Amino acid sequence: MRYESLRSIYYIALKDMKTYYLKPPAISWGIVFPVAWILAFYLRNQQNFGDLVPGLIAMTVLFSTTAMEAVVINFELRLGSLERLLLAPVTLPSVLLGKILGGAIFGLMITSAITLVSVLALGLYRMNLVYLLLTLVPSLLLFSALGALICVLVREIFEAQTLANLPRFLMVFLSGVFTPVSSLPPVLQQFAYVLPLTYTVDGVRQAFGNAGTVNIAIDILVLIVFIPALILPATKLLARRFA
Amino acid sequence: MTKVIEVSGLTKCYDGLAAVDGIDFAVEEGEIFGFLGPNGAGKTTTIRLLTGLSKPTAGSARVLGYDIASEIMKAKREFGVVPEMSNMYDELSGLENLVFMGQLYGVPSGERRARAEELLKTFGLYERKDSRFATYSRGMKRALTIAAALVHRPRLLFLDEPTVGLDVVAARNLRTLIQRLQKEGTTVFLTTHYLEEADMLCSRIALLVKGKVIATNTPVRLKGMAEEEPALEVSFRQPSPQAGEELGKRLPGTVVMTINERIRVYGGDTATVLETILSYARERKIEVASVNSLKPTLEDAFVKLTGLSPLVMAAEKGGQ
Repeated sequence: MRYESLRSIYYIALKDMKTYYLKPPAISWGIVFPVAWILAFYLRNQQNFGDLVPGLIAMTVLFSTTAMEAVVINFELRLGSLERLLLAPVTLPSVLLGKILGGAIFGLMITSAITLVSVLALGLYRMNLVYLLLTLVPSLLLFSALGALICVLVREIFEAQTLANLPRFLMVFLSGVFTPVSSLPPVLQQFAYVLPLTYTVDGVRQAFGNAGTVNIAIDILVLIVFIPALILPATKLLARRFA
Repeated sequence: MTKVIEVSGLTKCYDGLAAVDGIDFAVEEGEIFGFLGPNGAGKTTTIRLLTGLSKPTAGSARVLGYDIASEIMKAKREFGVVPEMSNMYDELSGLENLVFMGQLYGVPSGERRARAEELLKTFGLYERKDSRFATYSRGMKRALTIAAALVHRPRLLFLDEPTVGLDVVAARNLRTLIQRLQKEGTTVFLTTHYLEEADMLCSRIALLVKGKVIATNTPVRLKGMAEEEPALEVSFRQPSPQAGEELGKRLPGTVVMTINERIRVYGGDTATVLETILSYARERKIEVASVNSLKPTLEDAFVKLTGLSPLVMAAEKGGQ
């Protein structure tokens, strides 16, 4: 990728951080929602809460990134600011990658805070930081790209948040966030392995020293493969708007 | 003279309907080229095609020597665009917005802030440089949007309906600025549906109606095309809402229009037209307040060349 494109991606992500990180939809869906769920589970079952931490970290990655994409893409689609970016010498894939990076950094900040608090509060010090980062970084980009794909289908933020809830909740209930995938009916187990969050949960679980369903290298590889698989259709759909 | 824009057979269809229909024109370096037409004529679509926001269905164009189909990124580095909507970022200050645009256009980091501040001073926004864009007045927003298009010192500036929504003073200031940019060597491609604005600013004008370029020439020559048709303007002391329609029936072969309670009669023999108006006034017992012979205006040329009423231009976007 050329330097000019990398520079544009960086500045767009930076601008989005300045512009949108405190927007109410980003705060409500990206911060309040996952934190409320975590607190609810903590209050309900404090003794075994440590077992839920990997799933809840994965859920935070999912909600924080997808919520931010709805803000950074749909705000600009509605106001015409996305067109302004495209009037500059910036390619459409660079604009989209800038948006995805902005969402991923927001997700990283929220997820880091949740992880840090969990580790300190529960004393989960036997954690493999390298495994955790290798799982979280592609996951953040992946779910940010998923958010982008959903957002380019609609124009308004509320439409994007509503549409995003379908894959979000499907993954939260089937990807092992609260109950292990192995406890699901066989048909749903098969389906769970099509969902990217399953690999995030599995990778984070292994990073915290628990047994995984597949080798962590496979988790990371699958997560990496999902990134372009989501970015490419998102780029094509966005390009269609400017055909 | 160098051609800055060359357009050949440019066409854009949406659902089989041509928004821009095989247009040809060229813009020369250093001129203010007006693209004049009513709302929906295809002006904005043409700008979107020339600036790479849309892809043509057929035809070709070169902007600053670059083919828009294959080299649009190179062209984008050298032109600036002011869209019809002032779509800078509400959450950023005026200064931050301009610095961000400088970042996107690759203005060297050491120069960005100075360039942004220079533009803020030029546009009279320096005192409000740290205020959020959302807090600016409509005129200030328009000014900042234009400043943003100039941050990389473009050779060519696309202005899409730049004065729409501005008050009289802001619109006048903006027109002065456009003239200044031209004097400094910037070529300006201006779309407008304000006939007077086009007449005042443009070196040459292309008349666009229903996606087709009807005529391209200097304002003087376009007006010359209407010169053979005499035009009279009459006003009555008493309100006479039916007068235009009734006079139209009595004056076959002429075009009669009522504009702001004044009746304009285009064409016909002047003496006959005058006699008909006076006899109509006597019959209706209404007093003629004034009768003027009109010099041909761009509006007259527009009427003659397009067959449309000038009210089409004003009415659809509220006029000015």
